[in-house]
This record gives sequence, structure tokens and C-alpha cells, in this order.
Amino acid sequence: MNLAAIKAIYLFEMARFFRTFRQSIIAPVISTSLYFVVFGAAIGSRIDTVDGIGYGAFIVPGLIMLSVMTQSTSNAAFGIYFPKFTGSIYEILSAPVNFFEVTVGYVGAAATKSLVIGFIILATSFFFVDVTILHPVSMIAFLLLTCLSFSLLGFIIGIWAGNFEQLNLIPMLIITPLVFLGGSFYSTSMLPPFWQAVTMFNPVHYLISGFRWSFFEQADVPVAISLGAISVFTLICLTTIWWIFRTGWRIRS
Amino acid sequence: MSAIVQVKNLTKTYASGFTAFDGVNLDIEEGEIIALLGPNGAGKTTLISTICGITQPSSGQVTVGGFDVVKNYRDARRLIGLVPQELSLEAFETVRNSVLFSRGLFGKSRNVEFVEETLRKLGLGDKMDSRINQLSGGMKRRVLIAKALAHEPRVLFLDEPTAGVDVELRKDMWNVVEDLRKDGVTIILTTHYIEEAEAIADRIGVINKGRILLVQDKHELIAQMGRKELRIDLADPIAAVPDALANYCLKLVEGGQSVTYSYDTRAERTGITALLRDMQSAGLQMRDLQTRQSSLEEIFVDIVKETT
Ligand SMILES: Nc1ncnc2c1ncn2[C@@H]1O[C@H](COP(=O)(O)OP(=O)(O)OP(=O)(O)O)[C@@H](O)[C@H]1O
Ligand SMILES: [Mg+2]
Repeated sequence: MNLAAIKAIYLFEMARFFRTFRQSIIAPVISTSLYFVVFGAAIGSRIDTVDGIGYGAFIVPGLIMLSVMTQSTSNAAFGIYFPKFTGSIYEILSAPVNFFEVTVGYVGAAATKSLVIGFIILATSFFFVDVTILHPVSMIAFLLLTCLSFSLLGFIIGIWAGNFEQLNLIPMLIITPLVFLGGSFYSTSMLPPFWQAVTMFNPVHYLISGFRWSFFEQADVPVAISLGAISVFTLICLTTIWWIFRTGWRIRS
Repeated sequence: MSAIVQVKNLTKTYASGFTAFDGVNLDIEEGEIIALLGPNGAGKTTLISTICGITQPSSGQVTVGGFDVVKNYRDARRLIGLVPQELSLEAFETVRNSVLFSRGLFGKSRNVEFVEETLRKLGLGDKMDSRINQLSGGMKRRVLIAKALAHEPRVLFLDEPTAGVDVELRKDMWNVVEDLRKDGVTIILTTHYIEEAEAIADRIGVINKGRILLVQDKHELIAQMGRKELRIDLADPIAAVPDALANYCLKLVEGGQSVTYSYDTRAERTGITALLRDMQSAGLQMRDLQTRQSSLEEIFVDIVKETT
């Protein structure tokens, strides 16, 4: 195991994050604040409660998930796409490292960044609403697993992408709709039966549900199923990356 | 002693179906400097990339320091440093961090002193804290060399290290190479400048259309392949070569003040004795003689032409 290499990649990626730290956090903080103003204050004031929780507080887990998922995906995708784009990936390809080490370095850094952003958003939300966290350990576990699995997904997207448009395509086209339709801003019990059924096929829904349970003990699906779902998702991503490095797909001609 | 780099029957066919090289064999001895010469698209970069792990070989085998570059890639790659042809660098990182990153990537413990010393040797002592996008092209090339040297490799691949580098810098670079050789580093470089190969290489390989046409000691190559030219200055200029000397294919130069005769050093008879005798009987007075070896450049052009 080349631990020095993991550390080198991780620190190099984190350095990029700290160079642009203010830009990195200002966008998620502003957009989260906007959500609170629009959904929490303006619209939320007309909605009493959802499942017995004040609407402003109800959307906090969903908002964090929305940011963490998009940040994880785009950070990890960008992290590996950029060296591909500049050609500096030659160094990774000719170094004594295996797929696991490269992945841990890049994905670890991307997950760390979005974890930081997740906590910053959580802190921001305290300014707007009262949030109680009934199960902090489970909350952190869900957050961690989400950062990790979506960074893995982003890593795959970064390797797959052939240009900057493709790099933005998946987060825009898939992640955002899945998060919005996964119950970030509502309880699925509020949907008509047909859409409730459709939601069951949305993997993001399980994450948001589990994450929200950690806050309010209020879930659309049992927590165990949520945990199972995210574990399966992580495993699928890991297997895909293992296959990519084995075959050199899109990185080694 | 067995070669530090052994290439056996190596073939690379790209996914597009294009075969960049086919059945390449090459042994590189420890401590030598070998220059690969070849026109654009000859397959030099592809060959280096395949040895270093950037592209996958289609068939054949490469070992570096006895380690198979596919099966024992970790051990093999630890020995290798690579300076790519393109200036591929992360633009916003500082020079020092970028080189420290390379060292870590190859599993070496962090050693800021060593990295700074390497940068100083390459004339980047005052640029360590500069961002890479603030450097000139020649400086970026040096950063790439520093990155390749950061993990103290035993074998260094330099893919056109002096492309786009001014004369002074080029001489500096040759000195760097010379220093590395003193430390026992094996160097494989590609170049389009034949004078470069002539100046620093021990052996020269000529590659064209994915085939290695020859690999030979530099001096032997020049001696064996070389044609020599004998130039004879005359006491009195002549208007035309006398008929009696027609067989020698002499050329008049400098308005008939001199004639040149070219001959093959490998031939059994160079014909010099006969020429001098015949010139004397033709009544030509000689004032001076000189011989000149044809340059590597002329040899190279000849070899490549023969295969196209
Ligand atoms: N990824 C690729 N897919 C298909 N063909 C490729 C690829 N990379 C290179 N080639 C082809 O392989 C051949 C050899 O290219 P290579 O870069 O090795 O040449 P070179 O000798 O380094 O040339 P130069 O002196 O211009 O650097 C060229 O014909 C090139 O078009
Ligand atoms: Mg090349």
C-alpha cells in the first residue's frame, strides 16, 4: 500500500479547495439561505407542519442533502477530470499506485470538501430555524456515506466525461431532479399514490428519508432500508471504479 | 550484466486499429544515455508511454530493473522518471508543492530539502513559490524535469526535453543530463536535434514508422555509416575537371580553387592514393588537403530515406 501517494493526492486536492475556500463555500451558503427565505419564510409560513414538524425545519435535511450530493459529485468529477484535461494525469498513470490508492486520494478529498460544506449549511440553518438532531451519530453516518458514495459517482463521471459539458450534464440532468423528486421539500406521503410508487425507485429518496429520520425520527421508509440502499449504491460505484482501472477505460489508451 | 531496460517483441495497436509500433526489441544498459531519433509520428512517444505505463502494450514484454512493467508495475515504476513531451502541469499550484506532490506519489517520504535542492540545480531556485502559470515555457520544462527527478529514479525518460528551448537553456539541460549520468542514472531521450544526440548520447537509435531501424554506438555509427570528404586546394584554379580524372566524380568548389572527393570509409579501397597519383600526372599542383566526416544529420536523413 502506497500511503505516501494517498496522502500526496489527498493534500494536493485539499490545497485546491483551500485556495478557493471562500468561493467554495459562499455559493452553497447563499443558495441555502435563499431556500430558507423562499421556502421557509415565504411559502413555509402558509404550511403549518409536515408530519408534525415545522416546514422550515423539515426542509433542513433535504437542503443539506441537495448541496452535499451536488457538491460531492461535481468536486470529485472535476478533481479527476482536470488532470485529464491538462494532461497532468500522465503522472498518476506512471506512478506506482493502484486503483484503490488513487480513488481513496481523490474521493477522500472530494468527500471531505462536501462534508465541510454540509456542516457549514447545517450551521447556517441554525440562523433561520430551530433544528433538533435526535440521533447525531446516525446523522453523521448518513452524511458521511452520502459524501462518500456521491463522490465515488462524481469520480466515475469525471473519468467518463470527454468535455466540460458532459462534466456538468449528469449533475444537472440526473442528480438535481432525483434530489428534488426524492422528498427534499416534502414528505412522500403528500404525493398521489402513483408518484409515491415512482419515488420508491428513486435511490436518493432513501438517503433523504434516513437522514431526516436522524433529525426528527420521522421517515418515509425504515432506516435500515435507507442504510442498505446507500451501502448498495456505494458498492456499485466501487465496483465500477475497480473495473475502470482494470481495463483502463477512458484513461489508459 | 543484464540490461536495465529490456523491451521484447513489444507491439502497440491503438483502439483505433492503428499500429504505432510492431515487434520492437531494445536493450538499454545501466548508466548509458541513449537517444531515439525519428521523424514526427515515428512512434517515439508511444514507445516511451508504453514502457512507463501510460498506454497498455498489445503484446510483448518490458522489464525495468528486472521487473515486468505490467505484472510488477510498482517495483518497475519506482525506478522510472518520465518527462513528457507536452507541458502538462496543474496551472495554479506552486512549483515546490507540485514537485513535492510527485515525490509523494512515488511513495517517497516528504523531503523538502531534497526537492528544493533539485529545483536549485535546475535553475529554479528563485521560482519555488511561483505558481506554474507564471512561468515561461522553458521553466515549465524544467519543472517537469524536477518532478521526474523528485523520487530519485534510476531510469529517466526525456521526451524531447529541449523542444522549444533556447540555445543557452539547451546547453544547461545537457549539463543536467551530464550530471545525472555521473550519478549513474540511465537516460533515454528522444529528440529532433541531431546535434543534441551527437553531443550527449552514447548510443543512438533510429526509429521510423514504428520500427527501430538501428541502435548503435554513436562513434561507430558515424564511422561506419559515414562518408568522408577529401578536399584538395589547388595552387592554380581550374575551369573544369580534366577528362583523365572523370572517374573520381570530383566536384569543383570555390571557383575552381579546390576540388572535393567523397569516399566511403568502409570500402576496401578509398581510392585516395590513385586520385593523388592521377592528379599529379594530370599536372595539378596541390597546396593543401583536408578531410571531413559527414555529420550524424546526413546519416540520419539517409537511413530514414532508405526506409520510406
Ligand atoms: N491515442 C492514440 N490513438 C491512435 N493513434 C495514436 C494515438 N496516439 C498516437 N497515435 C499515433 O501513433 C503514431 C506515433 O505517435 P507518437 O506520438 O508516438 O510519435 P512521435 O514519434 O512521438 O512523434 P513526434 O516526434 O511528433 O513527437 C502517430 O501516427 C500517431 O498519430
Ligand atoms: Mg513524440
